[in-house]
Amino acid sequence: MSEFLLQARELTKDFPVSGNRRVHAVSGVSLEIRDGETLGLVGESGCGKSTLGRLLLRLIHPTSGEVLFRGQSITGMSEKAFHPLRRQMQLVFQDPYASLDPRMSVRDLIAEPIINWRLCDGREAVTQKVVELLEAVGLQEEFLYRYPHQFSGGQRQRIGIARAIAVDPAFIVCDEPVSALDVSVQNQILNLLKALKSSRGLTYLFISHDLSVVRYLSDRICVMFLGKVCEIGPTEAVYRHPRHPYTRFLLDAVPLPDPSLRGKELRLLEGEPPSPTNPPPGCCFHTRCPHAQPRCAREAPPLRDIGEAQVACHFAEGL
Amino acid sequence: MPWNRRKRIERASDLRLESQIGEEERFGDLMRRMARENRTAMASFVIIVLMALAAILAPLLTPYAETDMDLLNRLAPPSAAHLLGTDEGGRDVLTRLLFGARVSLLIGVVPALLSLILGALMGVIAGYRGGMADAIIMRVADITLAFPSMLLAMVIMYSLGGGIVNVFLTLTLVNWANVARVVRSETLRIRSGAFVEAARVIGVSRDRIMRRHILPNCLPTLLVLFTLNIPTSILTESSLSFLGLGIQPPNASWGLMINTGRQYLYNAPWLCFAPGAAIMLIVLAFNFLGNGLLDVLDPRQKKQ
Amino acid sequence: MERMTLEVRHLFVRFRTEKGVITPVNDVSLQVPEGSIVGIVGESACGKSMTARAVMGLVRAPGEVTGGEIILCGRDIASLPEKARRQLRGSEISMIFQEPMTSLNPVMKVGKQVAEAVLLHSRCTWREARERTLAAFRDVEIPEPEARFDCYPHQLSGGLRQRVMIAMATVCKPRLLIADEPTTALDVTVEAQILKLLEKLRDASTSVLLISHNLGVIARVCDRVYVMYAGQIVEQAETEVLFKRPLHPYTQGLFWSVSSLREGCETLKTIPGVVPNLRHLPEGCSFSLRCDRCVAACEKEAPGLVEIEPGHAVRCLLATR
Repeated sequence: MSEFLLQARELTKDFPVSGNRRVHAVSGVSLEIRDGETLGLVGESGCGKSTLGRLLLRLIHPTSGEVLFRGQSITGMSEKAFHPLRRQMQLVFQDPYASLDPRMSVRDLIAEPIINWRLCDGREAVTQKVVELLEAVGLQEEFLYRYPHQFSGGQRQRIGIARAIAVDPAFIVCDEPVSALDVSVQNQILNLLKALKSSRGLTYLFISHDLSVVRYLSDRICVMFLGKVCEIGPTEAVYRHPRHPYTRFLLDAVPLPDPSLRGKELRLLEGEPPSPTNPPPGCCFHTRCPHAQPRCAREAPPLRDIGEAQVACHFAEGL
Repeated sequence: MPWNRRKRIERASDLRLESQIGEEERFGDLMRRMARENRTAMASFVIIVLMALAAILAPLLTPYAETDMDLLNRLAPPSAAHLLGTDEGGRDVLTRLLFGARVSLLIGVVPALLSLILGALMGVIAGYRGGMADAIIMRVADITLAFPSMLLAMVIMYSLGGGIVNVFLTLTLVNWANVARVVRSETLRIRSGAFVEAARVIGVSRDRIMRRHILPNCLPTLLVLFTLNIPTSILTESSLSFLGLGIQPPNASWGLMINTGRQYLYNAPWLCFAPGAAIMLIVLAFNFLGNGLLDVLDPRQKKQ
Repeated sequence: MERMTLEVRHLFVRFRTEKGVITPVNDVSLQVPEGSIVGIVGESACGKSMTARAVMGLVRAPGEVTGGEIILCGRDIASLPEKARRQLRGSEISMIFQEPMTSLNPVMKVGKQVAEAVLLHSRCTWREARERTLAAFRDVEIPEPEARFDCYPHQLSGGLRQRVMIAMATVCKPRLLIADEPTTALDVTVEAQILKLLEKLRDASTSVLLISHNLGVIARVCDRVYVMYAGQIVEQAETEVLFKRPLHPYTQGLFWSVSSLREGCETLKTIPGVVPNLRHLPEGCSFSLRCDRCVAACEKEAPGLVEIEPGHAVRCLLATR
């Protein structure tokens, strides 16, 4: 048994778009997720973080590279051989409105994974198990025969979480689970996710564009830009001393709820993001980087150990 | 403190739901709810049942026989003896309408249902499986649609021979392709929804996803197709009869009655009017019943 | 006395549906002084967007404005006929929305869309309209405006699209720009750019009414803030005052939710329960059910908006005691 629950090796995924071009959604990403940790994945829209999450879950197949689950490659496996592992890896969706079948009652929604994996026998036992799960996510038994549209966003997200934990998975990808929710409800869901993690020994990949949410939940964080990892390391180290220029811009841009900081001149990222169909050569951030040197346009920087983190920048030490 | 804080918070989270039906519903409950909420649908249901009963009990309801000719009384207008008048052979129109209902109700409903089932199955498989299955099913459907439907029906009827079962088969084979096309595009739409991906994450098999998630969400479309298929079937049957391939005179079907009555439209309009009204009534009844059922079956429509 | 660009007095919006009447905007009064950015903050369904729509005259059936005055630069526009309201839109007041993709016509070049807005409100030739469009593009810092003029919306990034929307809304130099969650669909780095643009607009004497659920956005650019809950304003103050000393339990709950997340507390602070359905509001204070300091009086008596200190008003029985 390997110490890593999940490993990605040189994962690459291209999608064809019109006119014979390809979007490089994820290019050459390698990372490890340890048993029991939460890895936060941040980046802006279109940086490939959702695609990476789905690659790890084998919901889509990589163009090249492989994914290892407990040391065993799941990329080349047949559908049949992989099936038992499907249970181990679950997904919590961003949009709690679209991810629940509107025609199914809460009982049927949560019973679906239980019946599918024959975790209980008999209608009564299944219902009993559904009630337990409802309680585990903080919903009352009375909700059993209600339908998704009758719930608020936060309650729906709880149903989605109950479905994910129904099969006792080891690993859950949370794909922006709170970005569609109100502030007051968002914290309830984050508390729930944190409590479930410790009570059930879960490992999370937590994808979000909201840096404070990621900071709260994650042990380590991984910053992506244009399909590549630019910085990965322990959460506090990355937040305190961001090494990659992009990470710095990202952290600076977050508006703080403190009006006294208003006078401060902000360093803003200039220009437009490069196109993922035609990424710039070398370091893909060099077109917008204030520290760019001629070398950055020629050579793509590899991930290097700098302090506690790994950074993909030629000049990370000097910054 | 005079009140319990936890109770209050529960009330707060329960506000939007407090007057909701929270019980599991069985089929009887559904029908009762429809009777309560949608009168038109219930009335339609009653009309369909009455028509079916009338067709079954036809010999008891009328003193005449289906094929009794009375040549002295040809094309008689409605009267006390013949409530809906008589046709060109002096046969009682009401009697023929009742006996014709036996054939026409079956021909309206059974092939519409069969083509719906076949078409929905093919459409969902084509849409969800994609690839070869999609290519094969859709090309067969295209070929079916490329022939004029009357011609196709004639060819099939000729090779199968007469008889009501063969009429069912023919009409099903003519109509399924339309259903399959529409259901395929619905499937493609539903398939891209997040809840289908959610089911895949849980490990639900493809067959089960089609059965449990895609088909139920196609229901509204299927229902519209069903009600549209009923009159098409009834009228196609009449054309086949006209060509000597379906039900033969002196036996009656509504389509046949309209077809023969057409020649006397100016002298004896009741010949066309009676079966025409019957077809319209049955189609409307199925339509309203279908809409009512949809409302009742759709959880989003439940009254708050 | 400051000059007001917009003054809303006792605005009501009601929806009549089969299931009963709801009031998404319930006695809202607010002021936008000239040359300032005023924020409305609140969660989904609190009535903040509906207030904006009412000011624009864009409330759709079955909703209707059932009372109140909307005074734009000294003139009550709530009572104007529809045609006169339409002429105001785009020239005197403009609005930008959350999703810049759906607000632009996908089959029309963006430059042409903006130029048509110019032609609609002023007599000028196509050439002049084009010139003004390009000037507006430059104002909102769109790089290479000539090249972007002939782009279709899908060829632009989200940030550029929102810039085009702002250019379209401000090309006729309106007195007031209503921005309804303008950065919610955008990335943080782009959000920061757009917020800077809004500040630039304010300095060019267009007042801005900014609607957002994000306290960080509000804190960064707004001069004054209104907090809405269940169709009512529950607290209003200068931004510094509000962030330093929030008085309403709901405002406090929001602030604590955000700050406990930032500080990384073991268990995050939350506001219990869910955002209420307007059809089932409790008697008395609408926040009473979720409030942890609720006393018996709160469930009987609906509190009024009371000024605690100049410019700082709260709708809570406890804050006034």
